[in-house]
Amino acid sequence: MQPEDMSSRGAPAGLGGESAFLDPCQDAIATLYTYLDGELTKERRHEIKRHLDDCGPCFQAFGFEADVKALIASKCHDDVPDSLRRRVAEAIGAEDTKS
Amino acid sequence: MADKERFADQAMPFMGSLYSAALRMTRNPADAEDLVQETYLKAYRAFGSFQEGTNLKSWLYKILTNTFINTYRSRRRRPVETDLEDVEDLYLYRRLGGLEGASAGRSAEDQVLDQFNEAEVKGAVESLPEAFRLVVMLSDVEGFSYKEIAEILDIPIGTVMSRLHRGRKALQKALLTFAEQRRLTVPADVGLAANLRGT
Repeated sequence: MQPEDMSSRGAPAGLGGESAFLDPCQDAIATLYTYLDGELTKERRHEIKRHLDDCGPCFQAFGFEADVKALIASKCHDDVPDSLRRRVAEAIGAEDTKS
Repeated sequence: MADKERFADQAMPFMGSLYSAALRMTRNPADAEDLVQETYLKAYRAFGSFQEGTNLKSWLYKILTNTFINTYRSRRRRPVETDLEDVEDLYLYRRLGGLEGASAGRSAEDQVLDQFNEAEVKGAVESLPEAFRLVVMLSDVEGFSYKEIAEILDIPIGTVMSRLHRGRKALQKALLTFAEQRRLTVPADVGLAANLRGT
């Protein structure tokens, strides 16, 4: 059995066995959603941004996740049926006459 | 009368997004219409207590979600607080081969995303358990901040974040199922083929 190699800290730790990512990558991926949602503190945001500037795989992964978010945002809209607009207007109209 | 006009001017423009949200919540057009009508009626009655200058949209969403939770959830016996199976980070990206080999420009994974249609995206959102569905909708579709979502649903911000995280990953899993059904997934050797062409 090999003794644990302590010198490998900072070497490819990998995400789920992938070797494309280094440790700062795990940090970035862990904050991915908070970053994309614009909810990180300014300092953390800059840290992650700096990492993304340097790291192609993370940059691409973040880009993909941003695209998924945009996909959800763009494909979940429904037209209001005219019947509903009428119903709401009538319901509120009826409220007025009561008061 | 002035109040009625002010309400119409300010609240009615949100009907489209409220109705879309109601559809995702109830998953049924008739219930969604009832829910939106009920929401507007309650909002109109309470409009006097609405503070001008505060966020009308999140106020309306709070009424919508409360009405949904109180009316439609109680119809079903069990409050749906189902747990979600744990899904790894970057689920869809990995499955579409995103980590394999860097590609310049528009990648194959991104092209798969372009092919999802509205019915699939809506279906994926609607497949989520209610607690997760609500936060994903409020964040991704409506763009509310974590703080606003916490206030709308009356839950801690930490809970908003964990539900969002897990809900989004589950949503990606649902999207992948649609992609596989339609054979949208990228064959494993596409990246390799592209590399070979590039040389």
